[in-house]
Amino acid sequence: MFPAQTEYHRPNSVTEAVDLLASNEGAKVLAGGHSLIPLMKLRLVAPTVLVDIGRIEALKGIEATDGGLSIGALTTQATIAASDLVNERAPLLAEAAGMVGDPAVRNRGTIGGNISHSDPASDLPAVLTALGATLKVTGKGGDRSVGASDFATGLLENILGEDEILTSVSVSSIPSGAGSAYVKFAHPASRYAVIGVAAIVGVSDGRCSSASVVVGGVETTPTRASSVESALLGSDLSDEALDKAAAAVAGDFQGDAMSDIFASAEYRQAVAAVYVRRALAAAVSRAG
Amino acid sequence: MTTRIFGSGIRRREDPRLITGRASYTDDIKLPGMVHAAILRSPYAHATITSIDTSEAAGQPGVIAVYTGEDTDGVLNGLPCAWLIPNSDLKTPDHPAIAKDKVRYVGDAVAVVVAESRYQAEDALEFISVEYEPHDAVLNPKEATQDGAPQLHDDVPNNVAFTWAVAGGDAEAAFADADVTVSDTITLQRLIANPMEPRSAIAQWVSQTGDLTLWSTSQNPHIARFLTSVVTGVGEHKIRVIAPEVGGGFGSKIPFYADEAIAAFCSMQLGVPVKWTETRSENYLITTQGRDHIEEVEMAATSDGKITGLRTTVYAGLGAYLSTASPGVPTILHGLMYSGSYDIPNISGTVYGVFNNGTPVDAYRGAGRPEATMLIERLVDLMAAKLGMDAVEFRRMNLIPKFENGHDVATGLTYDSGDYHATLDICLNAADYSALREKQAKLREQGRYMGIGVSTYVEICGLGPSQVAGAVGFQGGLWESAIVRFHPTGKVNVMVGSSPHGQGEETTFAQIVAHEVGVDVDDVEIIHGDTDLTPMGWGTYGSRTTAVSGAAVTLATRKIKEKSKALAAHLLEAAAEDIEYEDGKFFVRGSPDQAKTIQDIALMANVAWDMPEGMEPGLEASAFYDPPNFTYPFGAHLAVVEVDPATGEIDLQKYYAVDDCGPQINPMIVEGQVHGGVVQGVGPALWEGVVYDDDGQLLTGTMLDYALPRADGFPDIHVQSNVTPSPHHPLGLKGVGEAGTIASTPTVYNAVMDALRPLGVTRIDMPFTPEKVWRAINSAQNGA
Amino acid sequence: MEGALACRFIVDKIAASDTLRLNGGAGHGRPDRQFTGRCNVKVPVEITINGKSYSGEVEARQLLVHFIREEVGLTGTKVGCDTSQCGSCTVKLDGAATKACTVLTVQASGSEVTTIEGLADGSDLHPLQEAFWNKHGLQCGFCTPGMIIAADELLRKNPSPSRSEIRHGLEGNICRCTGYQNIVLAVEDAARSMGGA
Repeated sequence: MFPAQTEYHRPNSVTEAVDLLASNEGAKVLAGGHSLIPLMKLRLVAPTVLVDIGRIEALKGIEATDGGLSIGALTTQATIAASDLVNERAPLLAEAAGMVGDPAVRNRGTIGGNISHSDPASDLPAVLTALGATLKVTGKGGDRSVGASDFATGLLENILGEDEILTSVSVSSIPSGAGSAYVKFAHPASRYAVIGVAAIVGVSDGRCSSASVVVGGVETTPTRASSVESALLGSDLSDEALDKAAAAVAGDFQGDAMSDIFASAEYRQAVAAVYVRRALAAAVSRAG
Repeated sequence: MTTRIFGSGIRRREDPRLITGRASYTDDIKLPGMVHAAILRSPYAHATITSIDTSEAAGQPGVIAVYTGEDTDGVLNGLPCAWLIPNSDLKTPDHPAIAKDKVRYVGDAVAVVVAESRYQAEDALEFISVEYEPHDAVLNPKEATQDGAPQLHDDVPNNVAFTWAVAGGDAEAAFADADVTVSDTITLQRLIANPMEPRSAIAQWVSQTGDLTLWSTSQNPHIARFLTSVVTGVGEHKIRVIAPEVGGGFGSKIPFYADEAIAAFCSMQLGVPVKWTETRSENYLITTQGRDHIEEVEMAATSDGKITGLRTTVYAGLGAYLSTASPGVPTILHGLMYSGSYDIPNISGTVYGVFNNGTPVDAYRGAGRPEATMLIERLVDLMAAKLGMDAVEFRRMNLIPKFENGHDVATGLTYDSGDYHATLDICLNAADYSALREKQAKLREQGRYMGIGVSTYVEICGLGPSQVAGAVGFQGGLWESAIVRFHPTGKVNVMVGSSPHGQGEETTFAQIVAHEVGVDVDDVEIIHGDTDLTPMGWGTYGSRTTAVSGAAVTLATRKIKEKSKALAAHLLEAAAEDIEYEDGKFFVRGSPDQAKTIQDIALMANVAWDMPEGMEPGLEASAFYDPPNFTYPFGAHLAVVEVDPATGEIDLQKYYAVDDCGPQINPMIVEGQVHGGVVQGVGPALWEGVVYDDDGQLLTGTMLDYALPRADGFPDIHVQSNVTPSPHHPLGLKGVGEAGTIASTPTVYNAVMDALRPLGVTRIDMPFTPEKVWRAINSAQNGA
Repeated sequence: MEGALACRFIVDKIAASDTLRLNGGAGHGRPDRQFTGRCNVKVPVEITINGKSYSGEVEARQLLVHFIREEVGLTGTKVGCDTSQCGSCTVKLDGAATKACTVLTVQASGSEVTTIEGLADGSDLHPLQEAFWNKHGLQCGFCTPGMIIAADELLRKNPSPSRSEIRHGLEGNICRCTGYQNIVLAVEDAARSMGGA
C-alpha cells in the first residue's frame, strides 16, 4: 500500500516521453496506472522513474477510419465501452471493455496500458487479436506497426522496447452481416478472465462465411482457435455445427496453458470449449 | 408512539456520521507528534532466526527506532491465552509479540521500524537483514498430529495442544445396535474474516504520568485493557482503551494481538504516540482466521428414520500459537452443540486442538457452531438419502418438539426455548417446497441439475452465565453492565461496557430505554467503546450484545422507573403503590391529568429541591446482568441452486431464511443481520477459502486471490421470522448476529450436493469452485 | 507455468525477474540498489477537493487516497485493501468514480475531487445518503463512503437501473456486513427519489 520512492516526469509529447524512457534505465510508462500502480503498492515493482504520459492529448480519443477505427492508447475502457462508434464497428471490443475490472477501474484504465501490460488474463488482448488489430508503437527509431497477435511474446512480456510506447490501436470494422461476442469466465476475486472468448462470425446465405475466434486466459498469450474457425467456415451454423466447432478448440492450445489455485491448465482447456460454444452462439445470434 | 418503539424498524441513529464520512475510525485519528510503525514479518512458515541486523535500516531517512524481539526482553510479557479449557491437558506455549528464536508462520513479527511516516517505515523494512534456517512446515491439522510431522513447539508433542471430549448417552451401544449408519469426512477450510476496516492501533504513553492510552479496533475494549495490562505490566487503572468507530470484526477483532503490544512497547520506549495499521495483505497473514476443521463424523439411525447416535473426531487447526479465545471455539462453542435441533440421545465426540504453521485461528462469526451445524446437517442429508427419505421429512421426524422452558440435550446443555417445526414449516411454505421438488424432477428429465438444500440450526448465544464461563475455563466473566443517566432536561446517556461495531445497538438500546420509560428515542445517546467512560463489560461477540448488554440496559432503566415512581409519589403526595405509569407519565391511579412526566422527575431528581426523605439525588442507575443461561436462537433456511455440469459453475437462484431470535427490538436491523450473515456463510460454500502451499506460503494472500462475496453473486434473500421468547431473559431476546452464517453454509452445501446426486457425486471439499465440482462430476461419471 | 501461485501469477513472474528480489516469496525483499532519485522525487500538486483548492509538494509515489486522508485530513475516504479490489477509497475524480488508491496524487494534480464529505449539499443529505439511511444500507459503515460514490456514478449512467444492474454496477465495491441486499434497495430507492423510474 506504500509504493517505493520514484522520480516523476510528465512529458508533453510522445517524443519527449520516448526521450525520457531512452535516457532513464528502469523507467516505466504510467498511463491510467491501473496495471502498474497495483504492483507498485505491493512493491512487486519499484520503478526508479515514472514517465506519466497521461496528459498527452494526442493519445486520447476514438476516430473513424476508412473501414474501421483508430483508438488512442490513453482512451479508457469506459470510453470505449460507451462509444457509439466502437459499438457500431467493433461491438465485441466495446462489450469486452465493459467487462474489464469494475466500473471505477474502467474509468481510469486505458487500452494502451492494458495491452502494454500483456497480462494474459486481461480481456482486451484476445479481442484485439480476434479483430486483427494493428498496434502502433513509437520509439526513438520512429513508429512501427505490429499485429495484435504478434505483440505479446509471453506472460507479461511483449515486443515493446525500453524506449517504446504503444500509441494507438487500429481495428477494422467487423464484416457486414457478421455477429460478434466476447464471453468471459471471470475469476471470482480478481475479476480477470480465467477464460475469455472473442468470436466474430460472418454469415452469408445461412452459412458461415468468415470466422475469427480467439481464446484468452488459458495460455500465456491469446490463442487463435484456428481449428474452430476451420470447422465453422462453410458450416450451416446449426447447433450441431457449433458444438463440433467449439469442441475443436482442444486442438488449438499450444501446450502453454496456465495453472493457478483456482483453475488448472487441464480445466481451463477443457472448459474453454464450453465458453467457445457460448461465444459462437451469441455471435451467431447477433449476425445478420 | 413511545409505547410502540419496541419492535419498530426505525432508521439507525449511528448512520448520519457514517454516511457523511464524519465517523472516526482508529486509522482516521491523528495525534500531535504521532509516528508510524511498520512490522517486518517472517517470509517463512517455520524457521529458526540465526541473525538479525537492523543497523542499515536504522540509518534510513525518517527512521526513529528499530526493535527486535530481544529489545522486548523483560519489558513485554508473552501474549496470553484467555480460554484455558479444563480436563484437556491444554498446553500454552510461549507467544512472544516479536519472535525471538523461531518463527512459526508466515507473518510472525520479526522486527518493527518506527519512522516519521509510514512510507519511510516501509522503506526501512527492506534494509533489515534476517537470516533464517528454514524447517519443514505442516498445515493439515490431522497430518500435524502424526508421528514425524514437523514440531512447532518443543513442549507440545505431536502438536496436540489439547484433547477434549464430549459424551452423552451411550454412543457405542447406539452404533452397535444401529440399523443404518452413514459417515463422512468434512473439511471446513480456513476462512479470513475480512471486516472491511483493517486492524489498527495507536498507543500513547505519557511517561510523566504513567498513563497508557490505546486506540484499538477492538470488539472488546475492556478485555483489551485487561490483556494490555498483562502484557505491558502497566496497571489497569493507568490504561485507557478506546475502540472508536470500528468497521466490523466478525470475531477477528476479539483477540489481543502482538501488534497492539508492539505499538504500546514502541510508544513506551519513545514517549510519543505510535500508530500501526495493517494493510489488507498483512491482515490476510496475521489477523486470526476461522474454522480449519477436519471432521470425521458418523450417524446411526433406525430403519424407520429415528436418529440414535452421533460420533465425531475433529482435528481443529489452531495455527502457530494459541490466540486469545481459540481453545474454547472448537470445544465449548462447538462440541456442546452436536445435537443441533434434533433429538439425538447418544453422542460422543473428541476434538484435537492442533498447532500448525498457519495464522492463528480464533473465533470467526459463528465460532464453532457453523462447524457443528455443518456436520449435523450434512449427516442428516446423507442419512435421509440412505434411508430413501425426503430430507425434510427425515428432519421432521427428528426435530426436538416445541418447548417453552428448557430442554436438555445429550451434550449436557439445556436449550431455553424452541419451536423448530414452526420455522421449518414457514420456510418450506415460503419457498413452496413441493413445487420446487416438482420443478427439480422436470429439469432433471431435461438434463439440468437443480438442487434444493435445507438446513435447520440452533445456536448457543447470549454468552453466558459467568459461573459457566469459569467452569469451562474462560478467564473472565460474561456479564454486562450499563449505567443509565438522566440529565436535568430529561435527556439520557447510557454507558455500556459492550462495544458494538456495526450491529446497531446505539439505536436498539435507545429503543429499549424509550420503551421502558417513555422518553423519545432521540433523547437517548448510547456511549460505548471507551474504558474510561463506560462501566465494565466483556464485549461484543457471540451474538451477545443485545441479549446480555441489552438486558443490563433494561434492568438499569427499570431501576430508573422505580425511583421515578417513588419520586412521583412524593411530588403528587400519594403512596408509591398508588402511582401508575403510562407512556412516560407517572400519575395517581384515576388522575392521569395530574401526571408528572419522566422529564419532570428527571429535573426534580437532578436539582433535588424537594426529595423524599432518604432518597438520594440524581436520576441514574446501573445494573449488572449475568445471564442465568445461554440463549438458543434457531431457524430453517432453504437454497435453490443450479449446477452447470459442463463447467461446474453454480448459480445460486433462491434463498429463504426463517429465523427465530425471540422478540425483535428493530426488525429492520434484524433483517440486516440475517442478510449479512447469510451472504457471509454462502461465501465459504462457494468461493472463500485460505490456501497454503506445502511450505506454508499463503497463496490466497490478497483480495485478488481470496474470493469474497460480491453484490452480483446473489439473488434477493427472502427473510421471515418467528418469535419464541427466551423464558429467562427480561425481554425474551436471544440474539441474531451469527444466525445467517451458521445456517447458510450447510444450506448451500446441501443444495449443491442435492443437485449433483443424480450424477453420483458424494462429496466435494468446500469451497465448491467450478473446477472442483467439474472434477467431482467427471470422476463420478467415470466411475472413479 | 505449473503449480499454484500467489497473487495470481504476477508474483512469480516478478519474483523471477530481477526487478525486486522477493525474500522467500512473501513480504519485503531487500532492494538490489538503493533508490538514488535526484529530481522530481517531490512534485508540486494542486487539487480541488470538494470545491476547495489544496496545493503543496508531495512525494511522487504518494497515492491520492493518502493525500486526501493524511494531508487534507478528509478521512471519510477509506483504505480497505491494497490491490484495488474493495472500492472503499472510491472518490469522484473529475466526475468519474475512481479508486483513489490506484491514482498517484500527482496524477490528480489540476483535477477536481469529490469525496463523501462533499456529496451532501450543505446540511441536506444527498438522496443516496438519505436512501442508505432509510433502507439500512450500511452496518459498520466502513465501505459506505466508497459504496455511495460508486452508486452515484451508477445512477448517473443509468438513472433507473434494475436490481440486477445495480448488483453488477456495484461489483467493484465490497461490503462484508450487509449482504448487499439493503444496499441494492437503497440504490433503487435513491433512483426513485432522484427522478429515475
